[in-house]
Amino acid sequence: MAFTGLFLISFLVVHAGLNACIFNDLPVFDENDNGDMFNRAAHFMGSSYVIRIMEIGLFAGIILHIVQGFALEAKNRSRRSVGYKVNLGNRGSKWYSRSMGLLGTLLLLFLIMHVAHFWVPSRFNGLEEVEGKNYHNLFQRMVDVFQSPLVVILYVLGCISLAYHLLHGFQSAFRTLGLQNKRYIVLVQGLGTAFSIVVPFVFALMPIAFYFKWIG
Amino acid sequence: MLNSKIPQGSLENKWNDYKGHVKLVNPSNKRKLEIIIIGSGLAGASAASSLGELGYKVKVFCFQDSPRRAHSIAAQGGINAAKNYQNDGDSVFRLFYDTVKGGDYRAREANVYRLAEVSANIIDQCVAQGVPFAREYGGLLSNRSFGGTQVQRTFYAAGQTGQQLLIGAYQSLERQVALGNVTMYSRHEMLDIVKIDGKARGVICRNLITGQLERYFGHAVLLCSGGYGNVFYLSTNAMGSNATAIWKAHKKGAYFGNPCFTQIHPTCIPVSGDHQSKLTLMSESLRNDGRIWVPKKKDDKRRPSEIPEEERDYYLERRYPAFGNLVPRDVASRAAKERCDAGYGVGNSRMAVYLDYASAIERYGRGEAGKHHLENADADTITKLGKEVVKEKYGNLFDMYAKITGEDPYTTPMRIYPAVHYTMGGLWVDYELMTTVEGLYCLGEANFSDHGANRLGASALMQGLADGYFVIPYTIGNYMADEIRTAAISTDHPAFVEAEKEVSDRINALMNIKGSQSVESFHKQLGKIMWNKCGMARNEQGLKEAIEEIRQLKKEFWSDLRIPGGINELNNELDKANRVADFIELGELMCIDALHRRESCGGHFREEMQTEEGEALRDDEHFKYVATWEYKGDHEWKLHEEDLNFEVAKPTQRSYK
Amino acid sequence: MDHHTMSLTLQVWRQQNANARGKFVTYKVDDISPEMSFLEMFDVLNEKLVNEGSEPIAFDHDCREGICGSCSMHINGRPHGPWAATTVCQLHMRAFHDGDTIVVEPWRANAFPVVKDLVVDRSAFDRIIQAGGYISVNTGNAVDANATPIEKTHADAAFAAAACIGCGACVAACKNSSAMLFMSAKVAHLSLLPQGAPERKSRVLDMVAQMDKEGFGSCTFTEACEAVCPKEISVTNISRLNAEYLVAGLTVDK
Repeated sequence: MAFTGLFLISFLVVHAGLNACIFNDLPVFDENDNGDMFNRAAHFMGSSYVIRIMEIGLFAGIILHIVQGFALEAKNRSRRSVGYKVNLGNRGSKWYSRSMGLLGTLLLLFLIMHVAHFWVPSRFNGLEEVEGKNYHNLFQRMVDVFQSPLVVILYVLGCISLAYHLLHGFQSAFRTLGLQNKRYIVLVQGLGTAFSIVVPFVFALMPIAFYFKWIG
Repeated sequence: MLNSKIPQGSLENKWNDYKGHVKLVNPSNKRKLEIIIIGSGLAGASAASSLGELGYKVKVFCFQDSPRRAHSIAAQGGINAAKNYQNDGDSVFRLFYDTVKGGDYRAREANVYRLAEVSANIIDQCVAQGVPFAREYGGLLSNRSFGGTQVQRTFYAAGQTGQQLLIGAYQSLERQVALGNVTMYSRHEMLDIVKIDGKARGVICRNLITGQLERYFGHAVLLCSGGYGNVFYLSTNAMGSNATAIWKAHKKGAYFGNPCFTQIHPTCIPVSGDHQSKLTLMSESLRNDGRIWVPKKKDDKRRPSEIPEEERDYYLERRYPAFGNLVPRDVASRAAKERCDAGYGVGNSRMAVYLDYASAIERYGRGEAGKHHLENADADTITKLGKEVVKEKYGNLFDMYAKITGEDPYTTPMRIYPAVHYTMGGLWVDYELMTTVEGLYCLGEANFSDHGANRLGASALMQGLADGYFVIPYTIGNYMADEIRTAAISTDHPAFVEAEKEVSDRINALMNIKGSQSVESFHKQLGKIMWNKCGMARNEQGLKEAIEEIRQLKKEFWSDLRIPGGINELNNELDKANRVADFIELGELMCIDALHRRESCGGHFREEMQTEEGEALRDDEHFKYVATWEYKGDHEWKLHEEDLNFEVAKPTQRSYK
Repeated sequence: MDHHTMSLTLQVWRQQNANARGKFVTYKVDDISPEMSFLEMFDVLNEKLVNEGSEPIAFDHDCREGICGSCSMHINGRPHGPWAATTVCQLHMRAFHDGDTIVVEPWRANAFPVVKDLVVDRSAFDRIIQAGGYISVNTGNAVDANATPIEKTHADAAFAAAACIGCGACVAACKNSSAMLFMSAKVAHLSLLPQGAPERKSRVLDMVAQMDKEGFGSCTFTEACEAVCPKEISVTNISRLNAEYLVAGLTVDK
């Protein structure tokens, strides 16, 4: 779990970084960008063979993480056939640390929607190309998708699930891999908390920004 | 009649000579020899692992759910060893001498000397097993002093020394289980030994989960079942600690040595009410730094903080200037009782004295302030620094006190009172730790051997481990060497059948009384009789009354006991009934022994025998012997005396003044 | 000190034996003094049950000083009850109020089957120790105790881990019924000391394998174990175990 988890965390960095290119369209940067910077970056990601191979790795990682996650949850749940009448609940641990399976499942549902929205059309159906350029207008796709308030809400909820999933997963992964020095644990916990807030926040801003037409 | 088998030669050469000449068993024969061990405390677990390592086939029984729970685990303070790491003049001889003197000259010199000799090996062994003893910054082992000694020879692991030593022995035991040399039977209680042709050949055990009686064969049987302090109902022993194993052995021919020698520990948390189920010890190490006092005024109801320094009576420092708060346990206990009986006690019950850490906190605080170059540190800072030091040294004990009493010992003096803690008496054993039944051995607190009439602090752990690691592996060979031709005896042998029937009959008898009183209520009654009449101070009249009362109690027990539930299931009430039935009989013997010993020595204080200053008055002319009792039938015992010869440590009046 | 007494309602799990179906039974107890320990309150109840001719409640207990690790009650949803760093036997009735209802359950984990009422079978812990929780040194093999100085911080950390009493509260509290805190305490205790170094790799691999075999779950770092541990064993030990396990898994020769 920890290895795949950390791998997916590293993907999130790239993903968030690239997607953040859309914000180049904000008035403070370049009002006439209209997603060009983002589209070019997305094209780069879609055209290089190296990236293509990494994409396979990414999917393998996601699937492995999901399969492991479900297997682990199923195994751990099977270890106590008779439950308690009164549970320890939040007196001993944070709710999200006990709910990684649930949060993960929500994320999986979100991912299916997300992949269907962007990755599948971009990869297989062929989106319309940007005028005069030979790459897809993924930016336009975002503009279109995020017109629906329901989608925006689902995306924001997805991001919140991601935040809590990361809040536990980030530091837990390091400790599963054996991080035991108290100072570094504190450091990783701090880093993890910051990461879990910043990255999902950036993601969540995107549909909101499109919806409220701050960009696009 | 009694042959203690003490080797010839000078005291310091006896054990070496013995080891050099003792019979050996060759490894291939060891594999064929089976040994049964009852109890998995320090003595039992260390014996089991050592004998398993040697190649014997060992079976270990304990009534707890795991061998790691044996009551040795609760020992707090430490373990003595004549290492002289502190360069303060310690030596094997000095440890030997202190132990004999501390025991008020009622222990066997040769045994005690051997104990002192092997003490150093114990520390080595435990460290090799990974026992995390306290260490200094240089990485070497730390020591502290303990009641009744003037050198620092006590090794410790915070206030959990017993736990760490037991876990070390337990791990070695489990290693032998994994290797197949030892078989462990948890939740099994031994209810009788089986004798064939005069030799101990097995045991009858009750599986405490199923209630079934089971038979087990062994070429030899080792009883490592601990002490019998629970005769007093309230003691620092664990709830399950019992005398059944040694009592059954006693009734099958093993003599009982010095049954009345009971140690009353001076620093326990006082009784808080009738509901009290057991007493909690506060380690004696607390007396190193704490000061014991009572108000100078009788029946002083003021809070301790309201009593000014000059109105406090630090009675131990006053009476015993040389040793002060570090006098041996028996002396400290009696002094506390004397003050409370005289009306100076504190707390709601007026049956407690103060153990005060204020001056230690200040002293340590000043030391720390000096270390940190804090000149002119204010009182609060000093207190804060001092508390930190005290917390590091005794933190877990202070926490325990706070949990039990709801008071903060860092700011309010602790209330303490003596409580039954250890029994020096036990099955009589010879130099080889064999009882008067051939092939039946007794180790650790269960035997009578090394502590005489009073045990010094931090010596119980030492004795348990000495017996198990370093004595029995040698001495058992002397017996086993002649057993190599004895094939394993089938447990269908008539002796097994008969022993099982006896046990089964008794259980049925207990279940069929169907009276009206619980086991617990009988146990409480026995405890009251014992504490009041055979406790810290004893007299002829009281003991005679006690014997009568106990006989009466026994009758009542066997006619009015009520045990709910069935036989073939987990039945705690039945388990307890089996134990209490034996406690009642043992209580009677303790009183008989206490009555016969018309002298005061160590933990045995006969009010008739005291000096003008109220100190114990020993009578070496008439009682310089081990009182050894042979069971002759209901309420009947025959006394055998084992004379004690003190060739090296000449008896003197103990003085700690 | 106040001398009020309390009346309480207890809901206690009763189960005749391992194979029987259990159920909660409600009991009333009166005249409970705040100075009693929780187990002494149970003694009062059991005495009452015996006097009424019914079977007393079976529960494990022995030293009643918080060190043997026998006692194991899940009280109002928390192993060992409401006080931090406290075993049931050291929990005192001061923690409760007149009129309270207290739910008492046995440890729940498939690796700790119920034997009777509140008694569970924790022998799985012994078998985990058998798998490698020791230093292989026969009696008499030891060198002088001061021959190997040990850094005080390491000795102290080893001691802190070795303080585990094997009560199983960590398993009882863990949503995964994991025994990682128990096992890691032993692994940390022994691997922090130079004496334990020769068997470091095999110890951790064998103990983890045994833990899986016994049917304990895995650690997902919810830290509930640390929160309820009566001896305050730190989850950092689990990180240490994980590191030991990874290194051993990657470097072991077989």
